[in-house]
Amino acid sequence: MTTQLTPVLTKNWGTDNSWTLAAYQKQGGYTAIKKAFAMTPEAVVGEVKESGLRGRGGAGFPTGMKWSFVPQDNPNPKYLVVNGDESEPGTCKDIPLLMASPHTLLEGVIISSYAINAHMAFIYIRGEVVHPIRRMRQAVEEAYAAGLLGKNICGSGFDLDVIVQSGAGAYICGEETALLNSLEGLRGQPRLRPPFPAVAGLYQCPTVVNNVESIASVPSIIDNGAAWFASMGTEKSQGFTIYSLSGHVQRPGQYEAAFGITMRELLEMAGGIREGHELKFFTPGGSSTPLLTADHLDTVMDFESLAAVGTMLGTKAMQVFDETVSVVRTTLRWVEFYAHESCGKCTPCREGTYWLVQLLTRLEAGEGRKGDVDKLLALVDLIDSKSFCPLLGGAVACVSSAVEHFRKEFEVGYHTPAWEYLPYDRSALFPVAEEVDS
Amino acid sequence: MSDSAMEHDETEALPPTMIDQAVIKQLTALSKRYPHPRSALLPMLHLVQAVDGFISARGIEVCAEILGITQAQVSGVATFYTMYKRRPAGKHHIGVCTTALCAVMGGDALLETMEDKLGITDGETTSDGLFSLEKVECNAACDFAPVMMVNWEFMDNMTPQKAEQLIDDLRSGREVRSTRGPKLTSLADSEKVLAGFLDGQGNEGPSAGEPSLEGVRLAEKKKWTAPAPKKTPKAKGGKK
Repeated sequence: MTTQLTPVLTKNWGTDNSWTLAAYQKQGGYTAIKKAFAMTPEAVVGEVKESGLRGRGGAGFPTGMKWSFVPQDNPNPKYLVVNGDESEPGTCKDIPLLMASPHTLLEGVIISSYAINAHMAFIYIRGEVVHPIRRMRQAVEEAYAAGLLGKNICGSGFDLDVIVQSGAGAYICGEETALLNSLEGLRGQPRLRPPFPAVAGLYQCPTVVNNVESIASVPSIIDNGAAWFASMGTEKSQGFTIYSLSGHVQRPGQYEAAFGITMRELLEMAGGIREGHELKFFTPGGSSTPLLTADHLDTVMDFESLAAVGTMLGTKAMQVFDETVSVVRTTLRWVEFYAHESCGKCTPCREGTYWLVQLLTRLEAGEGRKGDVDKLLALVDLIDSKSFCPLLGGAVACVSSAVEHFRKEFEVGYHTPAWEYLPYDRSALFPVAEEVDS
Repeated sequence: MSDSAMEHDETEALPPTMIDQAVIKQLTALSKRYPHPRSALLPMLHLVQAVDGFISARGIEVCAEILGITQAQVSGVATFYTMYKRRPAGKHHIGVCTTALCAVMGGDALLETMEDKLGITDGETTSDGLFSLEKVECNAACDFAPVMMVNWEFMDNMTPQKAEQLIDDLRSGREVRSTRGPKLTSLADSEKVLAGFLDGQGNEGPSAGEPSLEGVRLAEKKKWTAPAPKKTPKAKGGKK
């Protein structure tokens, strides 16, 4: 194996008291802010642009470019909002980062706020994870006490206040405009764009919304230089990133590598598929990204290569399923997730996901009617791209890709329940006495 | 989206509110932290739930008064977010992840175990008020699947045996710790943290669970590192 792991963000996760200010500073933390303060804000934006850092929350938009869209002649306050609403099925990288090294993120928040001239930043974390929120709040408190937040940070003349906000259970708040509405104390429903948040975001003021991992990558870029960051990765996907492997692999977990690694290499690092089993399908970047199969093991896991095979890098969350798993069952569960999480604003999403659930439920139960699979695809075609935000796109992507790769298995649903075709107890990690779901 | 509460008998008596002047003071203080007070609504509702165990009518009324918005506006927000409950949750809120990956790896069986053990289903609370049960959606811990949550603290890599033991221990008041966090106390205590209060438990638990460290451990073993920076880059574009 030629490709190696490149721990940068994950490097200190296993060290003693890694979440404390003392431990972070001992490892060289908070040196990047001093370098940043010696630069002009424009130069910081330039450095991040030059590094090639792209958003790690799913869309892959260039971070430095996003920052440069903030109109500095706009008289309103500017805001930085960190998106820690990690809820995309399969995605589990930001939560451990917040728990193990909240100061890495906080240092990134200070530098990024300085770059866009924001004096108030919000870290919005999904509500269902108390301990990471607790650690993040504690880190903010420590930083205030040490003069790393508040007025005149480290004598730089730069002021910054940070608020850690807990969500309250809504996947849709991971969509940036829904997140802004939530942060304004409203229902988390997406806004029509344009205007984009950079121009009219939080309180209609210029706002940058970035993922936790994106902002946490900034200190290393300032510390080691854009060229260092860009020396890793592929031509258009530069740097390192955290890949999350879960499911039927020997060693599920977080694997930080430069872009360019393949799924085969990642699987090998994770010890391969669980003993005695073989790969059936996987998501490259969460359930919203079209499924791939063993045919795609040598695809490079970067933005361009995955787009070329009709899917997306997304959140780099690889959920791995072996041959025991019913693809009809998993697809139904994902669609149930989207149906529950649809905010209800757009009719095609609200009603369409409901009907996807109905069709898939009867296919799972072996009560499908001949033609249901085509009906499913027709419904997908009818609702696709007809919503304000990408939630619906995620829902239809998992259905259409599952049918594309496993159509026959869906057609089995015309006469045989999925739990008879592929008994569910075989997928579980422990012996299951009775039939579940029957 | 908070649909579970709808299934209950709406005529069932609700417990009296515990919101007093001290709580109103805390709620008011939350509203003053933000450039626009309404931004405090989510934390305020977490505090209401910490105090009353659910989003009470009095809680809605008080939030509306403090923020100068209508009760309908507050209710509209409270009913949108799944974490806010319209009927009292238990002292301990048990979540079982049944989104695709956890479900196939054992989450469905865990949910069934919990339903049998507690005698309640998704969205219900035991008659002694000790436990409530919820089918939760992906909780960002897929590398620890199958996952359960107690009071929104992680209980990783669960099995039916571990889950039953967990309930027995909580019921008998024995100490139970989150696999990646502090001692489990109550949903109310967790809700206070979500509302913005520090509880001094931040140093409890490990820095990370083992799966989070798989990559870093492998890199250590193989002596893999990120490339060393060429030289300390000179800060370009120094201040004028």
